[in-house]
Amino acid sequence: MSEVEKPEILITGAGGSLAQSVIKQLKEQYHVVLVDFRRRVQIDEGMSSYRVEYNKRGFEDIFRKHNIEAVIHLGRMGLYESTHRNRYNHNVLGTQRLLDLCHKYDVHQVIVLSTFFVYGASPYNAALISEDQPLKASELTMDLVDSVELENLANIYLWKHPELNITILRPCNIAGPGVLNSMSLLLSNSLAPVLIGFSPMMQFIHVDDMANAIVLAFEQNHPGIYNVANDDWISYQEAVVQCGCTRLPIPSAPERAPHTISKLLGLKAWPSYLINYYKYPVVIDGSLFSETFNFKSKRSLDDIFSYYREKKALGIL
Amino acid sequence: MKIREFLKERLVSKETNEAVDRIPKPVGSFGYDAWGFNSDAYKIGISIFKPIYEKYFRVEATGLENIPSDGRLLLIANHSGQLPIDGALVGYALATNPHAPRAVRAMIERFFPQAPFVGNILNEVGAVLGDPVNCAKMLSREEAIVVFPEGIRGAGKPWSKRYKLQRFGLGFMHLAVQTNTPIVPVGIVGCEETMPTPFHLNRLARMLGIPYLPVTSPFPLPAKVRLHFGKPMVFEGPIDTEDDAAIKVEQVKDEINRLIQQGLEDRNGWFS
Repeated sequence: MSEVEKPEILITGAGGSLAQSVIKQLKEQYHVVLVDFRRRVQIDEGMSSYRVEYNKRGFEDIFRKHNIEAVIHLGRMGLYESTHRNRYNHNVLGTQRLLDLCHKYDVHQVIVLSTFFVYGASPYNAALISEDQPLKASELTMDLVDSVELENLANIYLWKHPELNITILRPCNIAGPGVLNSMSLLLSNSLAPVLIGFSPMMQFIHVDDMANAIVLAFEQNHPGIYNVANDDWISYQEAVVQCGCTRLPIPSAPERAPHTISKLLGLKAWPSYLINYYKYPVVIDGSLFSETFNFKSKRSLDDIFSYYREKKALGIL
Repeated sequence: MKIREFLKERLVSKETNEAVDRIPKPVGSFGYDAWGFNSDAYKIGISIFKPIYEKYFRVEATGLENIPSDGRLLLIANHSGQLPIDGALVGYALATNPHAPRAVRAMIERFFPQAPFVGNILNEVGAVLGDPVNCAKMLSREEAIVVFPEGIRGAGKPWSKRYKLQRFGLGFMHLAVQTNTPIVPVGIVGCEETMPTPFHLNRLARMLGIPYLPVTSPFPLPAKVRLHFGKPMVFEGPIDTEDDAAIKVEQVKDEINRLIQQGLEDRNGWFS
């Protein structure tokens, strides 16, 4: 199939390692239009690539110029990036603009990458949280409001415009080569802060497995909301040890102490508003996604941890 | 992790290691399940509890052959003794059941997950936050769960109310019917005498934010404990009203009462 005959799909956040892995799998069958707000991404000759903010007028030109059939929305400002107001503008208002344009230009399918953070970390969390549980993250801090609002927005469009075929994916911690989220940054460090007396259960998914999950969701098109996680768990403190980190004990009492220490340390991998996630578990149930899309991870937890361990041993991280 | 390895090496005998490995308990690649259970920590817990179960409380367990070797199961027991020793004793009895060993899960109060160290340690040996969603999810994964429907009303009751079953919550019956789970009633005798409590300091307990504060022995007394496991009871639905549930719960209560009476008749005083 020539480049001209291929159906066109738009992938946001094209500069990230997750998007690159998705692009690699889809570029043979589709003309992939790359969009990133940070930089112009060039992967292969002939690919259309744009550096643009989603809530700027120029973004619509891409929809005018290309016959976009599907959008895979992976581009979001990370939790440690910028202020929560900027993140809100980019992640929430930008996504709203994107969804409006999808509606206006008859896009048939939208995949939205969300996060397990939306459930919130609480001592009263049950394990294996299913998709119908309330999103309590915004109760914790203003810094997570954009994550919850993005979800709410995608949900509204999911029901209001069923023709958009929106699939919302809520993965557990994505980790592995090239991943720059706060957890991956933390596992890359030689020192990892841990709260004394707390080591919540955590889940991790390899970036390549997550890319496979996105491709499956795109190819099979079953709109809805899905957690994405493996049936494997590890305590946070054991995970950091497995990644070759030295644990840095942080007092967990009085309650404000870890928040204050986090602010004093200024670690972007361990921001104060995420401290509850290092204290209480947010274990999600990924069975609906696995059963619906016949998904099974190819990488084990040890594959993920050995990446960080080996890179540290070689002095690369 | 190093502490766990150290303790495992020092405390866990070859027999205990092999016995726990025979328990059909699915865990992930690092030995954990979704609720924080850890197979190595469980082996350490069993090893530490062995002399307490066998020597200190000299536990006698009957009816263990009534425990199905696999599949979802609710063990419904009377609660007593101020501390959750009864849950641990039931857990040990099932883990070492010669007929069909099982790793039983106990539901804990909402206070524990916030307590440093304690919450994690309890999770690692099989305890989980007492929450209907947790319970339903575990039953869907074919776990055995011990539930004390009296809650703190039972655990914290004073000496004057010993062996008198307090009000049972109805939640376990709804779960049993919804998930088609058999119920094994358990009568526990002896735990009431481990910490005889004439009265509580209620006002101080409220100030400290704890459920109750008993005036009692500073440590559990070595009363002999008897665990009587009844035959599995199966309840069919639907449960249309709370009265329907209450009627079914009464049947379980009656059976537990019968098992308690049997235990009381079997013993000759607190310590034998």
